[in-house]
Amino acid sequence: MANGAALEQNTSAIWGGGRQPFGASYGKMMMWFFLLSDALTFSGFLTAMGLYRFKYEETWPIAENVFTHFPMLHGEHPLLFVALMTFILILSSVTMVLAVNAGHKNNHKGVVLWLGLTIVGGFMFLGSQAWEWYHFINGDKGAIQLEDRTIVYLTKVGDEDKKIISLYELVTDVEKPHGNHAEISQADARVAFGIKTQYTLLYPGKAKTTMTRAEAVAAFGTSRVIQGASMRENEYGNVLFADFFFFVTGFHGTHVFSGVLLNIIVFVNVIMGTYKQRGHYEMVEKVGLYWHFVDLVWVFVFTFFYLV
Amino acid sequence: MSEHNTNPSEHHEGPEGTAWIWKVFWILLAVTAVEVALGIIKPSILLTGFLGTSLLNVIFIVLTIAKAYYIVAEFMHLGHERKNFIWTITLPIVILIPYLTFVLLTEGGYMNVLMNQ
Repeated sequence: MANGAALEQNTSAIWGGGRQPFGASYGKMMMWFFLLSDALTFSGFLTAMGLYRFKYEETWPIAENVFTHFPMLHGEHPLLFVALMTFILILSSVTMVLAVNAGHKNNHKGVVLWLGLTIVGGFMFLGSQAWEWYHFINGDKGAIQLEDRTIVYLTKVGDEDKKIISLYELVTDVEKPHGNHAEISQADARVAFGIKTQYTLLYPGKAKTTMTRAEAVAAFGTSRVIQGASMRENEYGNVLFADFFFFVTGFHGTHVFSGVLLNIIVFVNVIMGTYKQRGHYEMVEKVGLYWHFVDLVWVFVFTFFYLV
Repeated sequence: MSEHNTNPSEHHEGPEGTAWIWKVFWILLAVTAVEVALGIIKPSILLTGFLGTSLLNVIFIVLTIAKAYYIVAEFMHLGHERKNFIWTITLPIVILIPYLTFVLLTEGGYMNVLMNQ
């Protein structure tokens, strides 16, 4: 109590005019100004991605071809997993509003319940993000990067549908099992491609042009095999896509993580009765603002990474 | 002066109860569901060009801004703050972000043209 009250007095001393500007407490207003600047930071990152996406329009991956997995389900399910992540975050925003609402009514038990659930939602989101990163980093079918850094895929000669064949299948002749992340070596892939004349290389994108077998063999000689995505290479297309993915979702994830930490600190204070003694639960409202902001940013990341 | 020290922000009453919270939740959920459905189906009528991108993308952006409005105005309670505070927070966003977007995307398109020459 003593500590909290001292802090409160220091901050409100700035409001020494005897008024509350905008009718907001110092802490709440400064949280709003911080969020304003953070919103500009995030918009800087997202628009920077927009710039490179416009510049490398031809090689920029389509997100729905990249993020197609869903836990325990086989096959391709574009958008489903991110939709679930969005749902989790919106739901944890709702529990946060309910916690703030309970705080206004000085309902101690209500704040404990709803803030607790918000923390659970935060951890669920972080877990989902880790899962998404794991699959992005490990990749799917694998690709071949030509000497000029163009990404091409394996396909069968004369295949009308231009189905992409995995590196795993090239080497083992068996369809890649679900959840298999075995690394295919450069040498194995090269030998297999040399022997198996039914395979050729496919340029992705709208045109989906296929190389002739002779062109493909020549191109394969100077190429590199790529599986998954990192800061330096990306089997799905332009490497900048991977860089922005790691950076923007990573920066957002850091916000979620620090939001969960702040929620836990306030949660402990609520349990210890700090705000009950103070007579109001405004601290819950302040971390609530931050938490909703994290949800708000995700709404934009969802649109500009996965939908548009 | 000290009587203000322990006071929280003045409370601008929003609607009573918790019904409004769930109402906003259902709106956000419905809008997200529409976005995901459109993203999976990709109706070919909506892929026609519009404002320099496809009509579908414009719909996505409009729906996203609608969601953002509900989160900020209701969940973050900004819609129930004083008018001057609302403008203090929203004006810099409303002016700077569209401007930055316009400048960078125009430049990105130009870089693409140069690169392909």
